[in-house]
Amino acid sequence: MRMLKRLAVLAALALISAGAAAQTVKIGLINTYSGPMASNGDQIQKAVDLYMKLNESRLPNGVKIEIIKRDDTGINPETAKRLAQELIVREKVNLITGVVWTPNAAAIAPLTKEAKVPFIIMNAGTAMLTTLSPYIARTSFTLWQSSYPMGEWAAKKFKTAYIAVADYGPGHDAQEAFTKSFKAGGGTIVGSVRMPPPTSDFAPYLQRVKDAKPDALFVFVPAGKSATALMKGFGDLGLGQAGIKLIGPGDITTDEELPNMGDVPVGVVTMFHYSAAGERPANKTFVAEYKKTYGDKAWPNFISVGAWDAMAAIYDVVIAQKGKLDPDKTMALLKGWKNPNSPRGPISIDPATRDIVQNEYVREVRKVGDHLANVELETIKSVKDPWKEINDKK
Amino acid sequence: MYSAPARLRPLEALPWLLAIAVYFAAPSYLPLGAYVFIMILFTLSLDLVVGYGGIVTLGHSAYFGFGAYTAGILAVRLNGDPLLGLAAAALAAGLLGLATGAVILRTRALTLLMLTLAITSIVLEIASSATALTNGSDGLHSVPVDPVLGRFAFDLFGTTAYFYCLAVVLACWTLVRSLVNSPFGAALVGSRENDARMHAIGAPVYARRLQAYSISCALAGMAGALLTQTTQFAGLSTLGFELSGEGLVMLVLGGVGRLYGAFVGPTVYIVARDYLARQTPEYWYMGIGVLLVLIVLFARGGILGLVDVLVNRLRAKRS
Repeated sequence: MRMLKRLAVLAALALISAGAAAQTVKIGLINTYSGPMASNGDQIQKAVDLYMKLNESRLPNGVKIEIIKRDDTGINPETAKRLAQELIVREKVNLITGVVWTPNAAAIAPLTKEAKVPFIIMNAGTAMLTTLSPYIARTSFTLWQSSYPMGEWAAKKFKTAYIAVADYGPGHDAQEAFTKSFKAGGGTIVGSVRMPPPTSDFAPYLQRVKDAKPDALFVFVPAGKSATALMKGFGDLGLGQAGIKLIGPGDITTDEELPNMGDVPVGVVTMFHYSAAGERPANKTFVAEYKKTYGDKAWPNFISVGAWDAMAAIYDVVIAQKGKLDPDKTMALLKGWKNPNSPRGPISIDPATRDIVQNEYVREVRKVGDHLANVELETIKSVKDPWKEINDKK
Repeated sequence: MYSAPARLRPLEALPWLLAIAVYFAAPSYLPLGAYVFIMILFTLSLDLVVGYGGIVTLGHSAYFGFGAYTAGILAVRLNGDPLLGLAAAALAAGLLGLATGAVILRTRALTLLMLTLAITSIVLEIASSATALTNGSDGLHSVPVDPVLGRFAFDLFGTTAYFYCLAVVLACWTLVRSLVNSPFGAALVGSRENDARMHAIGAPVYARRLQAYSISCALAGMAGALLTQTTQFAGLSTLGFELSGEGLVMLVLGGVGRLYGAFVGPTVYIVARDYLARQTPEYWYMGIGVLLVLIVLFARGGILGLVDVLVNRLRAKRS
C-alpha cells in the first residue's frame, strides 16, 4: 500500500514536470483595432508582432507566449473594463497589456489589483495611472516627463508663452507641467485654452493665440490626425509668420504623421523620448526591421516603441520565471527592470513608482533627404516622472 | 400588430429560465450577461416610446447617460448605495424626460427626430464641459459602489452584477408589461395608429405620450445607472449618439412593439458582436453589418417577426 502511494506521488511529480515542459503564457492584449482611432492600435500590433517574430528564439524550450487580442474600439472605458474582466475570468491570462487610452487604463486598474494580474501599460500617458494599482507598470511615458523639461528649456529661450491643450487627462498634465517649470524659469503664461479632444478645427483657438502675440505657443493634442489638423491651422493662419514659435511634447510631430503635414512643422521644437530619426544603433536596427516587415512607407512611432519595450519586459519576466508567472514575482522583476538598448536609448522601470525612467530629447523638425524628421539636438538623461517626484506619489 | 396578451403565458418564463441556465452553464460569461441585461433594459425603454408610442427617437442615450452620471456623481460625492443610486437615476432621468418631452412631443415626425438628436447633443456638451462634476472626457473612474442591500459586494466574476441587473430588468419588465396591457397602453397604441381619431374620441393624446415618454426615460436612466454601478465608471460614451443608434438597431433586430423584441435583439446583437470581435478584432464590424443587412432584407419584423412567419407556416401545413 505504501509502495503504491509512493508510486502515485512519483507519477504526479512526473506529470507536473511534464506540464512545465510545455508552458503557455497567456497575455491579454487590449487594444484599439476598429473605429476612427485604429491607427494607434495598428502601431501597437505591428510592434508586438515584430518583436515576437524576431525574439522567438529567446524563450526557453517548451515555453510559449500566446497573445489574446481584444478590441476596445477607442475611448470606451466600460468596454475595456469588461474585456479585462473576461480576459481574467474566462481566458485566465497571466498578464494584461496594451491600452492606448488613459480612461480605459483607469477603468481596468482596480481589476488588476483585485485579481492580482500584472498590467503593463503600453501607451496611456497620464501621470496618475500607475498609482491606481500596485500591479501596474508602464513602458510608455508620462506627459509630465516631456512637458516639464520642455518648460525649463523654453524659459531659457522665450519670455511669454500661450498654452493650448486637449481637454482631458493627458492635456491637463501637459498644461500643469509646462506652466510649473516655465514659470519657475522666469517665463510668463499670457493665456491658456483647453480644447475638447475630438476637435479637428483649431482655427478659432489659434486666432486667439495670434491676437495674444506670445513668443511661443505650447500645444498638446492627441498624436495623429488631430496633430495634423493643428499644423494645418497653424500654417493657414500664419502664426509662424507672425513670429510665434510652436513648441510642445513630441505628440504633435510624431514620425508617422510628419509626411502628412506639409512643410509647416519645419522648425517646430518638441521634447520627447522617441524619434524614428534617432542615431542610436538599436534604433537604426529597429527602424530597418520595421520597414523590412511593413514596407518602406511605414514609420514606427512612440506608440510602437512603447509596445516594443513592453514586449521586451514581458519576455524578460517570462524567461526569468521559466514560463510560470507568479503575479508578485512578476511585479518584483518589473521593478528595476532595465533595457540599456531600447530604440529610444537606455530605459528602466523605477522600483518605487513602477513608471518608466528614460531620456528626453530636444528635437527640431528638419528636412532630412526627401522627408521631414525629428532631429535630436540635446539629451536630458534618465528623466523620472516629475509629477510623482514633486507630489511624492507612488 | 401582435402584442403580448394580458395573461401570462408559460412561454414568457423562458427568458428568465434561460438567464438562470446561463449562470450555471457559462459562469465565465457573467460580465457579458450583465451588459446584455443593461442593454435589454435600455431597449425595453425604447420599445415603450418607439414601438408602442410611435415616437421615433435618436436621443434616448441622453437619459441613459444622465442616469449613468447621476448614479456616478451621487456615489462619488455622497453615498455609494446601489439601490439609492438606481432610484436617484430613475427620478433624475424621468424628470429630464418630463421637461424635455413637454417641449419636443408637441412636434411630430422629422422635427421630433431632430429635436431628440439636439437634446442628446446638448446633454453631451454640458457633461463634457462641466468637468468639475463629470471629469469631462476622462470620465468618472473608480466610482465607489457599496454592496447591494449591504450584503452582496460586486465581485470580479460578475455574479452580483449579473443577478442585480437581472432583478432590475425583471422588475422593469413587469412594470412595462402591465403598462402596455392597460388602458393606458391601449391609448398609446391608439395614438400611434391613428392620432386624429384618438383626438376625436377625446383621448388626452399629448398627456399620454408625455407620460409614456417620461416613464421610458426613467427606465433608460436606470439602465445607465446599472452600467455605472457594474463597471464603476461613467463616461461621455454613455451620452453619445452611437448608443441611441445602437439601441434602435437592437430593437429593430429583435422586433419593434412586441415587448420581447427588446429581449431578443440585444442578446443576439451583443453575443454576435462578442463572438465576431474575438475571431477577428480588426474586421468584426463587417460581420455585424452583414447580419443587420440580412435581417432587414429577409426579416421585416425582426427576429421575432421571422419566428411568427415560421410558426404560421407550420400551423398552416398542419391544418
